Amino acid sequence: MSAREQPGATEPDEASGWTAAVRRRAVRALPPDKLLPDTQPRYMASWIYVFGVLTLAAFLVALGSGAVLAIQGPAWWHTSGIGHFFNSLHLWSVELFMAFMVIHLWGKFFMAAWRGRRALTWITGAVAFLGSIGTAFTGYLAQQNLDSQWIAVESKDALNAVGIGAYFDPMNFGQMLMWHIVLLPAVVGILIAAHLLMVRRRGIVPPLPLPGTDTDEPEEQP
Amino acid sequence: MSRRPRAAEPDPYSFGSRPYDLVKEFTIALILVLGLSIVLAALFSSPDEHPATIATWAKTDSADFTATALAELDGSSGTAQYGPPYNNATQGQKLGPVAPANLIGVTKPIDTAHDFVLGPLTSSPQTPAAAAALTRYTHAGTDQQNTWTGNYSTALDNANGDPAKIAPGDYGPVPTLLTALLAQAQAGSLDGQLLTESGAFYQTDYTLPLLLLADGSYLAALAGQDHLAGTQWGMMNETGSYPGQAWLWLYTFWYQVSPYNHSTNGDALVWGTMAALSLIFVFVPFIPGLRSIPRYIPVYRLIWRQHYRELREHDGT
Amino acid sequence: MPTIAHAALAAPVDLNGPGHYLNWGVIQISVANLVVIAVMVVVFLAAVLLPFPKGRGRK
Repeated sequence: MSAREQPGATEPDEASGWTAAVRRRAVRALPPDKLLPDTQPRYMASWIYVFGVLTLAAFLVALGSGAVLAIQGPAWWHTSGIGHFFNSLHLWSVELFMAFMVIHLWGKFFMAAWRGRRALTWITGAVAFLGSIGTAFTGYLAQQNLDSQWIAVESKDALNAVGIGAYFDPMNFGQMLMWHIVLLPAVVGILIAAHLLMVRRRGIVPPLPLPGTDTDEPEEQP
Repeated sequence: MSRRPRAAEPDPYSFGSRPYDLVKEFTIALILVLGLSIVLAALFSSPDEHPATIATWAKTDSADFTATALAELDGSSGTAQYGPPYNNATQGQKLGPVAPANLIGVTKPIDTAHDFVLGPLTSSPQTPAAAAALTRYTHAGTDQQNTWTGNYSTALDNANGDPAKIAPGDYGPVPTLLTALLAQAQAGSLDGQLLTESGAFYQTDYTLPLLLLADGSYLAALAGQDHLAGTQWGMMNETGSYPGQAWLWLYTFWYQVSPYNHSTNGDALVWGTMAALSLIFVFVPFIPGLRSIPRYIPVYRLIWRQHYRELREHDGT
Repeated sequence: MPTIAHAALAAPVDLNGPGHYLNWGVIQISVANLVVIAVMVVVFLAAVLLPFPKGRGRK
């Protein structure tokens, strides 16, 4: 095997094939010290910047507590004190997730964080927000108690009115549970991953220039 | 306004940098959020109100159950009159010129007389009187059935919903059928039968029992006590004193105002409004005016005040 | 199936009592939701206003 087929860090990567092509693109987009930098821009001097990672942490706690609920199935928490505790953990981590995410959103909006080719970062975040609402909706439907009964029979009207109810039935517990634990977390998870990778790729958006300064630019373009 | 060439955003590191430990920050955040979640869960727990069953409904409010069963039989119930995806009684709601549900059609066919009343009665052993009543009803013509159910419906209204106080009249086998169904409901068999009626052993689709519950007023009364009704901003609320879904505030807001609150297409209109607003939200970076709001409401001056101060000091102004 | 409330694991703050609701015109909101929203606004303002530890030397 020649040295050329085993590219090292300093040799040009000229190997052929799909794998090598993907590798080159990935490394070019996100070299290791861009993927995991150990420095940050000096202007990141505000507590508002911690709400992204707090949102991510809350998402992981929600996933973890949900995983524990899955171990003994959807009815466990009604008859077990420990199960009920994990249901509470799941509920409160989701409340924290939503709260941190919205505070993060408020911050990013007032920073006009979509500037400098960061529109896709905003878009993935916004769609993840909407996806999270859908995930929470299916979660409430999966509770198998009075609340879920009412939410099912009420929400069916909105879904039926626009035709979605023909295929997505909030009264179908099995369908709602699978959307909640498989489909929607996967979509939201992928969006979050893409969002994070884009933040690393573009870097943290620089401060808005103060009006009247030399660097004042025309209306910010994404 | 002259068009200057678009200036690229400066490189994030052009203002200097400092060491920062991302992995440590993430770890601290995770421990913090886990701790906070545990504290909240331990302090407040989570709500879990018993679900309503057809059995508890039939036992608590037999008059309402009987009236609902009659409505399913004569096709006047909410489900019977719903339209797509359950039947073609109406066209369903319209969003502008389009009736989306009608276009898609009936994907979950429900025949309320059969699915909620005659089916469960037929598949259960009955007393000779009830069995005879069933045969008599199913063999009668539609006009005859409508006469019986119409008479009984009027009589029930006049008796304030109490079947025991019905005046004598031409109701045919209808009272016997409804009494038999009530007994089945109170015994709990209707809850199970509505799930397995199709012959399925395994079932996770609660559409039939939930629709029957929703056609009556028992479930709605329970929900109203917990402020979950639509007119109570119920979408945002949780049972008891728990926080609910505050993020649904704008979705439920529209239901409280005109024209949404009195339109027959209210649900479709609200959904359409929220879909449009969601699109605007997602594409904010491309919407002039909206994307300039951060400049006009200068929260950014607070966020980056340390940076601006350092720039001023560096420039010696 | 009955919901078993384990006395030892019962929540110190019982939120299962009837909720309190506030009304302003067309607006109806539960005290719980109002508290959540108010806390979020306070946290946002605090995040934006609270001083951040000064950074170490310029690179």
